[in-house]
Amino acid sequence: MGSEESVMETSRHEALGLSDDQVLEMYRTMLLARKIDERMWLLNRAGKIPFVISCQGQEATQVGAAFALDREKDWLCPYYRDLGMMLVFGQTAKDQMLSAFARAEEPNSAGRQMPGHYGDKRFRVISGSSPVTTQLLHAVGVALAGKMEKKDFVSLTSFGEGSSNQGDFHEGLNFAGVHNLPVIFMCENNKYAISVPIEKQLAGGSVAARGQGYGMPGISVDGNDPLEVYEAVRDAAARARKGEGPTLIEATAYRLVPHSSDDDDRTYREMGEVEEARKKDSLVQFKKYLEDVGILSTESGAELEREIGHIVDEATEYAEQAPYPDPSETYTHVYAE
Amino acid sequence: MPVISYIDAVTQALQEEMQRDEKVFVLGEDVGVRGGVFRATDGLYKEFGAERVIDTPLTESAIAGVAIGASVYGMRPVAEMQFADFIMPAYNQIVSEAAKMRYRSNNTWYCPLVIRAPYGGGVHGALYHSQSVEKLFAGVPGLKIVMPSTPYDVKGLLKSAIRDEDPVLFLEHKRCYRLIKGEVPTEDYTVPIGEAEVKREGDDVTVISYGLTLHFALKAAEELEKEGISVHVLDLRTIIPLDKEAILEATVKTGKVLIVHEDNLTGGFGGEVSALISENAFFELDAPIRRLAGPDVPAMPYSPPLEKEFMLNPEKVKTAIRELAEF
Repeated sequence: MGSEESVMETSRHEALGLSDDQVLEMYRTMLLARKIDERMWLLNRAGKIPFVISCQGQEATQVGAAFALDREKDWLCPYYRDLGMMLVFGQTAKDQMLSAFARAEEPNSAGRQMPGHYGDKRFRVISGSSPVTTQLLHAVGVALAGKMEKKDFVSLTSFGEGSSNQGDFHEGLNFAGVHNLPVIFMCENNKYAISVPIEKQLAGGSVAARGQGYGMPGISVDGNDPLEVYEAVRDAAARARKGEGPTLIEATAYRLVPHSSDDDDRTYREMGEVEEARKKDSLVQFKKYLEDVGILSTESGAELEREIGHIVDEATEYAEQAPYPDPSETYTHVYAE
Repeated sequence: MPVISYIDAVTQALQEEMQRDEKVFVLGEDVGVRGGVFRATDGLYKEFGAERVIDTPLTESAIAGVAIGASVYGMRPVAEMQFADFIMPAYNQIVSEAAKMRYRSNNTWYCPLVIRAPYGGGVHGALYHSQSVEKLFAGVPGLKIVMPSTPYDVKGLLKSAIRDEDPVLFLEHKRCYRLIKGEVPTEDYTVPIGEAEVKREGDDVTVISYGLTLHFALKAAEELEKEGISVHVLDLRTIIPLDKEAILEATVKTGKVLIVHEDNLTGGFGGEVSALISENAFFELDAPIRRLAGPDVPAMPYSPPLEKEFMLNPEKVKTAIRELAEF
């Protein structure tokens, strides 16, 4: 049956139980994440902020996953690219810019940490660090606590494919498997760990396949498709809430920009490869999907871009004017006071 | 007051804290059914069940990391490292995560957890069952490090550690476990973290120590009294936070200071204590500060004469005190 003559056919998002408003909100959040990220690069190149670490290319994975969770009770242990996830859970463009400018009002750390090092008690997001993969064990610990306290939340932790080689990945999956804990391990495979491609990272070629060794489903999804990621995380969360234990999800996309503002990816990958990946960019693909199903028009799409542009402008202006932390803050909160 | 052993004080503190607060739980290798390889968690599995006395997979980083996650959530985990020597795989979790959680989140997240680890030699444990690890953690702000020497202090400090709002590394000298006995009250009490205690009053030489070597100092002091040398003994009990006032007071008391620990000399905590005294009480000193410590070799060897050579003992402490007294 061709799509033209099947106007009555249920769309993909409807089949998943998602309303038009919800998928539009997903797209809006993906676009906001992208635009914030792009602005940060401009600010960095203009010498206004010291550092950027990007979500670009992974917005669909982050937003799709976060939409599948319960934003009132589930816990996150994200990694430093999860801007999209943070926006879904409640942080704002202003929060991101305050962090980029290292201002006192910045919610993750009051300017102590680099941008991208998320942590927000308001939304049950545990503070993360720069040594990779440590957060997996924290998510397992939260899930263990939830099980002990007979709560029905799940914890989701995300990480790159390079992290699937660290000991904490294997220790975390094994611990969660043995104790049948409500954790979702979501690998955001963006095909590069700084300069090292997956061929040199992953023996066996698959992160998802590693789940089997720890007694849990290992699911591969297209990380450029927010609906596919949504479905996988939704199902994993349902399993976890029913007491059926952890799930490993590998969402494969592509890191569209260098590792960070201090990296130059031209030294290790062909720019043609990046251009090819841009054709599959989730923002392009999902926008087309929304247009195809009649949720987004050229006009409403352009209006949305303008609206988000304003939000990013306002956030940038606000953050740039906001005060730095007082130097005396260097000495506070080492221990309980 | 009943007399109990050092390790029984550990068990009692755990048991009473678990009875007091349902959020307290224990996790580690062999801590459950077996009750711990040293039997420190003996009886807890039977009383509190597998959910609160958790036999973990053989994974030190996960023991620490999972405890961190649970503590951030609001539980009160007490994680056991089977031997302090095996804490290294958990170093990243303890140093990069637990110690920095409060600071890096601007006081919004924190880790009220205890990591217990048996350390120290004199038990034929060779290189990897004898090490002292405190110097590896002492320079990490955000952690507290407790190293008690008596059953009374063990019980009171472990209770304080469990009730503390920050991560505490609780180091138990394994030679003390069954060797050291002492009076411990049956009613609930705590010993504050961060307070040293004078374990013996004296006028000629001050010895500053903690753990097993504290007992060597007391024994040496007792014997030297017969020679007419009066020894003042300060038990640090907690090395981070350090009771600086008590150290300076003990220094002023005699003007001659000997610092004793089993950890290696170089980089050992004695250097920090020595620097503190030099900076703050130099003109109170009547002799150079002296350190007596484990030698700068990689770790304690297995063969008895080699182990004996590495270990400190009351005789070695006595000699060092006598030299200072005669200075």
